[in-house]
Amino acid sequence: MSQTANPPRRRGSIGDMIFQALATGAGILVLVLLGAIIVSLLIGGLPAFRQFGVGFLTGADWDPVKQVFGSVVPIYGTIITSILALVMAVPIAFGIAFWLTELAPNWLQRPVGIAVELLAAVPSIIYGMWGFFVIVPVMAEYVQPFVIDLLGDAPGIGFLFQGPPFGTGIFTAALILGVMIIPFIAATMRDVFQTVPPVFKESAYGLGCTTWEVMRAIVIPYTRISVMGGIMLGLGRALGETMAVTFVIGNTNRISGSIFGPGNTIASLIALEFPESEAGSLKLASLMALGFMLFVISFIVLAISRMLLRTGART
Amino acid sequence: MTGASQTIHASGPARDGKIADRLARKRRFQNHVVQGLCLFATAIGLAFLVLILATLLHLGVKGLSLGVFTTVTKPPGSNGGLLNAILGSLIQTALGTAIGTPIGLLVGTYLAEYSAGSKLGDAVRFVSDVLLSAPSILIGLFVYTLLVTPFGGFSGWAGSVALAVIVIPIVVRTTEDMLRLIPVAMREAAVALGAPKWKSIVFICYRAARDGIATGVLLAIARIAGETAPLLFTSLGNLNWSVDLGKPMASLPVTIYQYAGSPFDDWVQLAWVAALLITFGVLALNVLARIVLRPRS
Repeated sequence: MSQTANPPRRRGSIGDMIFQALATGAGILVLVLLGAIIVSLLIGGLPAFRQFGVGFLTGADWDPVKQVFGSVVPIYGTIITSILALVMAVPIAFGIAFWLTELAPNWLQRPVGIAVELLAAVPSIIYGMWGFFVIVPVMAEYVQPFVIDLLGDAPGIGFLFQGPPFGTGIFTAALILGVMIIPFIAATMRDVFQTVPPVFKESAYGLGCTTWEVMRAIVIPYTRISVMGGIMLGLGRALGETMAVTFVIGNTNRISGSIFGPGNTIASLIALEFPESEAGSLKLASLMALGFMLFVISFIVLAISRMLLRTGART
Repeated sequence: MTGASQTIHASGPARDGKIADRLARKRRFQNHVVQGLCLFATAIGLAFLVLILATLLHLGVKGLSLGVFTTVTKPPGSNGGLLNAILGSLIQTALGTAIGTPIGLLVGTYLAEYSAGSKLGDAVRFVSDVLLSAPSILIGLFVYTLLVTPFGGFSGWAGSVALAVIVIPIVVRTTEDMLRLIPVAMREAAVALGAPKWKSIVFICYRAARDGIATGVLLAIARIAGETAPLLFTSLGNLNWSVDLGKPMASLPVTIYQYAGSPFDDWVQLAWVAALLITFGVLALNVLARIVLRPRS
């Protein structure tokens, strides 16, 4: 490359300089963009951080009348819904990826793969609406009364399943989130499963291993770092998901012991309360501060995800 | 397994067969169970897609009428349509794509052609990947601070810019991936003809990667067409007729949000219609994008 670029005063060298400057400038713009997002959220949230200090991180109140704002409840809601969503989504995503790479007949791989990808393309507001009108009634009438009856009095864990069956709540939100992140995790797992050199798998088959034994003894150990990366990617998606959660979580600023209880998340709180906040108010600043924390959390999770995926790809 | 084979060797010939048989049966059984579970998991995934689409068809189609496309949103009970929301969505999606695509294309070009081994390139790639999955509601908050507060109000422009921010990382990813697939021989041929680097990129590489880049743009359009959260605080939504980009602008997703949560039956019905339109539009774009990409893969 350098040999072709060096001859002096080639025609077009000015064009080259301009083009390279444009491309590099655009690259820098992306860095500036991320910096600007972080800084704008931080500055917007500064009044809240100043007013409440550490209390913003440890306070459980969200009271616009008394002008007291704390972030414990939405942070708890964000984390608990995302983790529950992962618990539901990971086994299913793994099953899909395994089926697509090792079990599906050739002619079915592509259509089913596309169908799963389409699940990721459905807009989140549609998930929210569908969850609200379809899943919530089913939850309220069948699933929750049944589970509450069955496990509500169980010693030790009973408190997790108590309370009235609203249909909405933490569990329903996590269920919808789980469905939404299945395709992301499944697609990543499928892609990394396909990177396993066929020779490894063939050797194992040659020894008489079953498909599942090949998966467990060859494919999973070979791809485990990337698989973790895919799961973290799903987590990153779940943390910031807004519209779907807003519809079904019940939107209550309270931590309830039951997984069927209502709650909120950072994103749903921002979506709901922002339109009612006046510019320059302490409430708006508190929402910005929440946004800043959500960004930091997602940034860390997504950075770890990327690191794992890169490391996995290299080995 | 080595332990098992040792047992077999240690015992008499009559027992060997039995143990081997039992072991093989157990392993085959285990294999079948896991395969069954995987099939089940795939069925669950597909069932969700089918269930969502069936619900949309079931509840959306019956609300479809010509009036939906020719009338603007009206107060409940007065036979409103979705014209302004459809138009607002089209305008903002088009503008967002028009702003975001050239930037994303340039960034992708930088990463593929100019950044080899540089720290800046690694940083840009990393940040772009993070932005790809960053919560879209925060992009809305950012654009609110950047464009809504200083310029005195919600506007279609602000909405478009928020969508453009989402477009950029999607286009960056596909552009870089596609440019890296271009064979070196092609670039060498251009250089041998005396073409400067920028010409070989624009006229040779872009052309060769055209389908792939188009796929990225289509996927970006599909993604932003259904975005709600970044529009809530930027273009806000508008129940009146307005194509003025300086004013609040309606969009299908925001209209769905407003209508679906309302207590009026006709509004909820219109929300289902809007949901049907947006979902099938977005899915059609996705399928189209995959058909465009197919000959290359």
